[in-house]
Amino acid sequence: MTEFFFNLTWLIPLFPLAAFALIVLWTNRNRLLSTWVAWIGIGLAWILGWTLFFLSGREAHSLTPPGGGHPVPLFSIPTGTTLLRLGFQVDTLTGLMLFMVPFVCLMIFIYSKGYMNYGREDVDPRYSRFFAYISLFACGMLGLVVSDNFVTLLIFWEVMGLCSYLLIGFWFDKSYKDPKRITPKQAGLKAFLTTRIGDALMLAGMLLLYSQTGTLTFREIFREETLHTLATSYAWGQVPWATLCAILIFGGAVGKSAQFPLHVWLPDAMEGPTPVSALIHAATMVSAGVYLVARTFPLFVAVEGGTQLAVVAFIGAFTAFLASTIAVAQNDIKRVLAYSTISQLGYMIAALGLGAYVAAVFHLITHAFFKALLFLGSGSVIHGVEHGHHHTHHHPSEGEGHGDEREFDANDMMNMGGLLRRMPTTGWTFIIGALALTGIFPWAGFWSKDEILADAWRVFTHGGEFGVSMGWGFFVWLLLTAAALLTAFYTGRQIFLTFAGRPRTEAAAHAPESVPSMTWPLVILAAFATVLGLFGTPWANRFYALIGHQAEVMGREIAHGEFNPTVAGISTLVALSGWLIAWLIYGRKPLLVPVDPLEKALGPLYRWLKNKWYFDELYMALIIRPAIALARACYTFDDKIVIDPIVDAVGRFGRWLSEWLKKAVDNPVVDGAVNGVGQVTAWLGEFMRATQTGQVQNYLLVAAVTVLLLLAMFLIRTWGTWSVWLAFLTG
Amino acid sequence: MQVPLSWYLIVAAALFCIGLYGVLSRRNAIAILMGVELMLNAVNVNLLAFWRYGEVARGTLAGQVFAIIVITVAAAEAAVGLALVIAVYRARRTVDVEEVELMKL
Repeated sequence: MTEFFFNLTWLIPLFPLAAFALIVLWTNRNRLLSTWVAWIGIGLAWILGWTLFFLSGREAHSLTPPGGGHPVPLFSIPTGTTLLRLGFQVDTLTGLMLFMVPFVCLMIFIYSKGYMNYGREDVDPRYSRFFAYISLFACGMLGLVVSDNFVTLLIFWEVMGLCSYLLIGFWFDKSYKDPKRITPKQAGLKAFLTTRIGDALMLAGMLLLYSQTGTLTFREIFREETLHTLATSYAWGQVPWATLCAILIFGGAVGKSAQFPLHVWLPDAMEGPTPVSALIHAATMVSAGVYLVARTFPLFVAVEGGTQLAVVAFIGAFTAFLASTIAVAQNDIKRVLAYSTISQLGYMIAALGLGAYVAAVFHLITHAFFKALLFLGSGSVIHGVEHGHHHTHHHPSEGEGHGDEREFDANDMMNMGGLLRRMPTTGWTFIIGALALTGIFPWAGFWSKDEILADAWRVFTHGGEFGVSMGWGFFVWLLLTAAALLTAFYTGRQIFLTFAGRPRTEAAAHAPESVPSMTWPLVILAAFATVLGLFGTPWANRFYALIGHQAEVMGREIAHGEFNPTVAGISTLVALSGWLIAWLIYGRKPLLVPVDPLEKALGPLYRWLKNKWYFDELYMALIIRPAIALARACYTFDDKIVIDPIVDAVGRFGRWLSEWLKKAVDNPVVDGAVNGVGQVTAWLGEFMRATQTGQVQNYLLVAAVTVLLLLAMFLIRTWGTWSVWLAFLTG
Repeated sequence: MQVPLSWYLIVAAALFCIGLYGVLSRRNAIAILMGVELMLNAVNVNLLAFWRYGEVARGTLAGQVFAIIVITVAAAEAAVGLALVIAVYRARRTVDVEEVELMKL
């Protein structure tokens, strides 16, 4: 029975893909039908996904990653000398992802119906297309987690990249009066191009792996002897192939999971509809990078004490810190969450860099739930404020409000305040999500974040596995703890600015609570964000039981977050002080005017954070401007000086040559021959026509004469014998 | 003396040639049909003569049956042909085959 269900794995990405095709080809004119098609597609994937999760959990001992997955081969492509085997697999890591991805997707699909204003007069004109896109995205993510090789992984990876681009730019016709503000179209392009850098590195890593091992299937690459060969043969100097490939593949994760230095695209991706931000840019797609590192983890630890783990740990920890500082000075409710996402992904990456595999995957799962919850909550808030704005601006004077409609920013927390009374369900679930995010006992974030910090601390005090040095442990622990303080602060700031105090605008004062299809997913996700952590407590760590055996497969011990009262105490203290500071600044005396008190207190530092450490400006000056200048130079070279004139000259010469050939060869020879054939045929026809009189009697005469002639010929040929005939006839 | 086979054949050949001449030389559609009838009957004479004098079909009814079939077909042909001639006459007021040339370019 188990076998039977495992062999159905290929159906999981197929359900949403079928929904996508159905909506695009047939049902797109009917909004309700399209909604249901998308829901049923993801619903079936969810049911099968959870089935596989529970079954893989039961078979955990025989299915532990990396080599133990149950293979579901699809087909193989013959290449020059080998076969490229493509297929899916189920192991416990896949099972965990199948627990999280389709469920979160389902919640967000349900939420989207309300968010895209189904059944109202301001329903999104591209409503059905939205459901088609998110279905395609679900296909990409589900396909990614069940892939057993780099080829299909890359295909689904790029499908998600495409969907991300399409959905960030979903409102591509939107423009703002402020020319500096990025439009959805530009944001989509930025996301696509930035992640492309990482994807190129990842592709290079894949190709190098293929050139070295001759296979792209995980279970074959992660064999002990293959890894040993990779670790002991050198690309150049003292750099083993394993290190090089691991770092290149990590490049892909940096792009997709928005890690420093490719983190710049994620905040701008918030220009997309909020369900998309929740689905793609918080819960699922951005965690694909973390998943990739977790999946290819054996490659990362193939070399003892290699630089690859140090790179991973540094980038993760630094990103976690960097993003949490920037989040402090953002006023856009979604951008705060975007930086928070980058920061939390940094936690996971840093944990992987320390070898804390289980903690990273645990945090990935819990984070997906509470961050999806927070994003959907923020979407609900924005939606409410937008409708409140609509309400206030349409009743007093019809039509006049249209002019400055665009100027009002429903995302700006300075325009909110006091929303807890207006939107109680949204508010309370948002607060639950915030408690989970900041790691307050006993919500999910406490357990998963604490496990990462405990692992970092243990590396510092006892030394880590895989040759991770103690110093890295301390470095990571310090940065992550600092990030935890800032996380609690900016989350508290967000809560107090949005929900506490008094409404600072008319729009906030009239914001209605969202429809049930939006609030129910919030409630369900909040429940998960509350209880999920209890499955990964240090005393009864179900996650370790599920995926911790990877180390045993590889003959090594893996970080197992033991409960450390010191670390737990410090992180709780830090989180509480973050909340306290936020309360002191924003909660004690609620803001009445939209001016952030931090601005005066921090001065230039605030501007530095507000402008995101000037990364966009830096990239603009260092990469984009030179690239544009180079392109312009090439254009001048091409268009004005060298290439185009040459091309034009060649073209003119060709034209002259053909004119000449036409006069000298084509007209007399070729045309002459063709016309000659025609004329001969016409003349022949004229001649033969005379015999065709149309009189049947003529034809019959010809036939009779012919018979007579034949008879004569017969008689002449049988001259000597026909007297015999005559004798016979006369009897 | 028995009448030899050749006499029958000569009569039949003569009849056939007369019929063929009629078909080829007359312009009147009815006359052409009559020529065709002569040719068919010449064939009948041949069939019966060969049946009677030949070795192969002696003792069977093959020759007579064949002749009757030809007569039947000839009757049918005459009926269809005359009907066509009448139809042509009604439409064109002529039975001259050279004037029935609507299909000619």
